[in-house]
Amino acid sequence: MAIWATGSADGKELTIKIQGRFDFSAHQEFRDAYEKANDDPSHYIVDMRETTYLDSSALGMLLLLRDHAGGDNSDIQIINCNPDVKKILTISNFEQLFTIK
Amino acid sequence: MKQNSIAPVGTQPSDLSPTLSQIDVESDEVLRILIADDNDSDRLILQTIVKKQGHTVFAAADGEQAVRLFEEERPDIVLLDALMPVMDGFEAARMIKKLAGEDLVPIIFLTSLKDAASLADCLDAGGSDFLNKPYNRVILQAKIQAFNRMRKLHATVRAQRDEISRHHDHLIHEQEVAKAVFDNIAHPGCIDAKNIKYLLSPMAVFNGDLALAARRPSGGMVVLLGDFTGHGLPAAIGAMPLSDIFYGMIQKGFLMQEILREINKKLKSILPVGVFCCACMVDMSFRKGLMEIWVGGLPDIFLYRAESATIAEIKSSNLPLGVLGDAKFNTDAAVYELSLGDRVYLWSDGIHEEVNSEDVMFGTSALSQVFEDNKNPDQLFDDILGGVLQFTGGTEQEDDHTLVEVTMMSAEEMEGVQELEEARSSSAYLGGPQDWKLTYELLPDSLRSFNPLPLLTHILMEVPGLRPHSGKLYTIMAELYSNALEHGLLGLDSNLKSSPLGFADYYRERTDALEKLTTGKVCIYLIHNPEPSGGVLSIKIEDSGDGFNFDDFEKNQHKTEGYCGRGIPLIRSMCQSFNYYGNGNIVEAVFAWSVC
Repeated sequence: MAIWATGSADGKELTIKIQGRFDFSAHQEFRDAYEKANDDPSHYIVDMRETTYLDSSALGMLLLLRDHAGGDNSDIQIINCNPDVKKILTISNFEQLFTIK
Repeated sequence: MKQNSIAPVGTQPSDLSPTLSQIDVESDEVLRILIADDNDSDRLILQTIVKKQGHTVFAAADGEQAVRLFEEERPDIVLLDALMPVMDGFEAARMIKKLAGEDLVPIIFLTSLKDAASLADCLDAGGSDFLNKPYNRVILQAKIQAFNRMRKLHATVRAQRDEISRHHDHLIHEQEVAKAVFDNIAHPGCIDAKNIKYLLSPMAVFNGDLALAARRPSGGMVVLLGDFTGHGLPAAIGAMPLSDIFYGMIQKGFLMQEILREINKKLKSILPVGVFCCACMVDMSFRKGLMEIWVGGLPDIFLYRAESATIAEIKSSNLPLGVLGDAKFNTDAAVYELSLGDRVYLWSDGIHEEVNSEDVMFGTSALSQVFEDNKNPDQLFDDILGGVLQFTGGTEQEDDHTLVEVTMMSAEEMEGVQELEEARSSSAYLGGPQDWKLTYELLPDSLRSFNPLPLLTHILMEVPGLRPHSGKLYTIMAELYSNALEHGLLGLDSNLKSSPLGFADYYRERTDALEKLTTGKVCIYLIHNPEPSGGVLSIKIEDSGDGFNFDDFEKNQHKTEGYCGRGIPLIRSMCQSFNYYGNGNIVEAVFAWSVC
């Protein structure tokens, strides 16, 4: 499991990539990824291209990010989900809270 | 050499070992030191040196004396000559070690022996070190200090170990007490009812999964399966308010939607962001053969149809509980008509995500396969568990997993149990308000959003004599109120409900009609009067609708179809009298109770 955060040149967008299993062990790292970003991005992208699995704590972490990014006013896209990951997000109806692509 | 060892050394070698002396041993600390040597002059010399260093000395002339002195005085450090009459140093060391038990008592052998084997014997016998004769006072002092540090370190470690163990015991005790409180609040209710099979297998004392079941006052049953984020205590803590609300509101006759809304609101306000509860709530009416179901964040619920032996999957269409604010929370539930023997399967994702040795998940398709392979529906529950076990081949459980099977049974079959419970709780009936009347008039806005039944049930339950009959009374009021509202006032056609798809249509029309309602009212009149050994309650409900031809209805009352559906014959059987008045827009049910 590894997490990278990359900010766009203008600092308005932050992309967080998660590799491997996204579960409770990623807690601190995932938090650091958005809390330690230097800029104050208005738009977040969570790239799950290399994410193999999500558990319920990962869903909780996504909610924490959403809260950090402004709650109901947040703008977060979750992209490149594999079918397993997509299914977990769908069961929880997270498309009501995030833009899932 | 001896001379040297006796001669006082003017200054303490302060640079002996600065790092060692930093450990909290003060050089002027007074230790209790046992010296055993059969040679009088050697013993005297040693005694003098040690005393001069400020310690308290106990002297023994042989091993036996040494052991006895050790028992009496419990010295901190023992200096033991190896070769002594009566009992030698080796034997004495063994006995002293034994007596010392858990205390670390350093034993330093005093010896003129030089060969390696003899020196090794000293250590084998339990000695910590040896000191060659003749004595060098500097080395002697350094050794005493070094072993005192070791002794203290040992004592500290032991004290810490004991403290950890005390804390651990304390924690376990606290957890046990907490668990007892927890179990009382988050009790599983009537989950042992004959139409339910369940399994809760936690990974720890506290469980992130919970399964609750309760009977409605009207005889129905509500089952909830919840899966909180995470495991153990942090996951379990949210189960307490959830259970509290669940049981409290069901007992008072609230609708499933109202209960879900309240639980969601509570969890949202008390749980930190990121902690939530995936849940499914099933509200089963045995009398009507209906199931309402709400799913938020749990894997597809399976509905097993007994007749066709097929499965319908019910998908989660909501976010888990505790995520959305009240305004956005959606309580819309799906309604299914169930036949006797139909079964519904609720599960946490623990079952689906159980993996085998190749890290492959069990999954929904494997579960479907279990249903397909099944020959006897009564075995389904066990087949599922067997399927999981066979799949994982006994590998470690990854997550809490919970499975609940609820079967539709006939109202009669489910009734017996409740009557029994009611009979148990009926003791003193007299007292409380006995002669009273109440008029409650509901206008459009209230009719749209308010359910008066919990409130009215609550008022009725103030009469002790009515308490054992709460189920019947709730059923009567619920049936009459929904007839007055849905048929009398909104003019909905109950024939809609006779087709399998009709229920959904019916409830949609009901919602629409309520939305559009601008005039009209429903009045509820409750009158209670005491009788010599009981009381009589009149429940009269009047709606402002057009009424209906109740003469026709009365003639055909043996039929279960038609205007008032299947409810009325049952209600009639519960009441002393049951009559329509006016244009059929007024109905009165009289219920009598007595102390037998």
